[in-house]
Amino acid sequence: MNDSINKTLLAASGLGKRYRRRWALSDCTLEIPAGRVVGLVGPNGAGKTTLLHLAAGLVAPTTGTVEVLGGRPGDGPAQLGRVGFVAQDTPVYSGLSVAGHLRMAAYLNPGWDAGLARRRIEQLGLDPGQRAGRLSGGQRAQLALTLAIAKRPELLILDEPVASLDPLARREFLRSVAGTVAGHGTSVVLSSHLVADLELICDYLVVLVASRVRLAGDITALLAAQHRLSGHPVTLDDLVVSSMSQTGDGR
Amino acid sequence: MIRFTWLRFRAQAAVVAGAIALLAVAAAGLLHRDDSTARLWLGVLVDVAPGLIGMFWGAPLVAREFEDGTFRLAWTQSVTRRHWMAVKLAVGGLASMAAAGLLSLVVTWWAGPLDHAALNQFATFDQRDIAPVGYAAFAFTLGVLAGALIRRTLPAMFVTLAVFVAVRMAEFTWLRPRLLHPVLLNLALNPGSTGYGQGGSLLPVAFSSPTLEPNPPDLPNTWITSTRIVNAHGEGLTTHVLDSACPGINRGRGGGGGGLGGHTKAPQAVVNTLQDCVAKIGTTYHQALAYQPASHYWPLQWYELAIFLGGALVLAAVCLRRIRRA
Repeated sequence: MNDSINKTLLAASGLGKRYRRRWALSDCTLEIPAGRVVGLVGPNGAGKTTLLHLAAGLVAPTTGTVEVLGGRPGDGPAQLGRVGFVAQDTPVYSGLSVAGHLRMAAYLNPGWDAGLARRRIEQLGLDPGQRAGRLSGGQRAQLALTLAIAKRPELLILDEPVASLDPLARREFLRSVAGTVAGHGTSVVLSSHLVADLELICDYLVVLVASRVRLAGDITALLAAQHRLSGHPVTLDDLVVSSMSQTGDGR
Repeated sequence: MIRFTWLRFRAQAAVVAGAIALLAVAAAGLLHRDDSTARLWLGVLVDVAPGLIGMFWGAPLVAREFEDGTFRLAWTQSVTRRHWMAVKLAVGGLASMAAAGLLSLVVTWWAGPLDHAALNQFATFDQRDIAPVGYAAFAFTLGVLAGALIRRTLPAMFVTLAVFVAVRMAEFTWLRPRLLHPVLLNLALNPGSTGYGQGGSLLPVAFSSPTLEPNPPDLPNTWITSTRIVNAHGEGLTTHVLDSACPGINRGRGGGGGGLGGHTKAPQAVVNTLQDCVAKIGTTYHQALAYQPASHYWPLQWYELAIFLGGALVLAAVCLRRIRRA
């Protein structure tokens, strides 16, 4: 993935999405370099989920443009294969077994890594014959993550994947994501409203408030700059909260 | 994508295939082939099967994915959603056609001797041969479209049923009689078999005035699409002409003529009045029949199949357009 360093992971320009009469995202301009594990934070309703759906190609923009890995999201099987996506609440087919899900993903993804998927299911201790509807929330999230990882994407998009998990399942899930990044050099964009989740694995931060980027950059650099500015060490939590509570009019 | 769709669909397909096989065995072994009640109910089964296919196979196919959020899983695999929709439509549509076709085949075969004896093949037109295949394809695709537009399973199921029944009724009452030119036949009015009433119409008398009703002749295996009373210029019999020719005919309401409506015996005086009236009208008016002859049965079956398959293709095209813009 050395060539991905020069590439842009995600570039949005004047991006907007309207559902009927409500603008879920409007005039969002944003650029994220490749090879990063990006934490996307912001209050509810900031447009995080809509931005990620646009990036995954699930919805089409109403205004503006968005490019992911240099291509248009959802534009053909090749582009779909380069992006792994885990939706909020980690949907799976409740009547289909764990093994059935793996078979489905093998049918639908030319780049499917069957060995990787099988190993992960074994490590997680999931019963392949178990129906997905009978899995715990943490197991279901891990199954959804396995489906997204084993298609060997260049970018993994995770929309609030741990929001409904207990602290232990949350930590294990994030560890799985970190393992994938280390093993395959996959770029990640992960949204959450809990800064503690991001601290574990992210090295790049984007704060989104009301469709606008309030803060974006390398986390270490952002913290160092804030330290110089305020004269005392700051936590990531401080940084996020202070950027979210600024009034946005000055931009 | 085909293998995945089949993986999801095969359980339902197996249940239906098993049910049809069971029905075939039962029909062959257990039901007497002169059981006219069984013939009636098997016919009703073929009649309702397409609607059930649309409700239970078509409507949930996409609506369930929206309800459970699994469309976000499906649409982020390495398959475009148009491809996804096209395969679902093709696999489900072919399965629906196969199910309705097999069911119709079993029933058509089983009821063959009774149908042959009944000499009324158009009465079971919708329940035999190839027409049900077209209905099933149409109902299934309609269900998928309703599910894709409404995105909720239960409302989509009911909309599917309502629209399907409406389309079938409109096709049957309006379009089908017009598909092929009927054979026209002029007959003299027969005082012995002409009654007086409003043709079984449920409308109040104010909207459909009662008139003379000739009892159509018995033409085996034909479908009589209209019977009118007209004069030499082709003008219909008006209430005005009828009342002035036969004053007092209104007083005999409810009584039938010699032939039709003979459930309750009308008083002899009323019968006489009516017969005199028919004889009088019969000097200037005659009965004009339009009917589809037996030789039109198979052409009409093919038309019916083509119309509903064509409708299914149009609905499928709308599905594919909608899913791309979703």
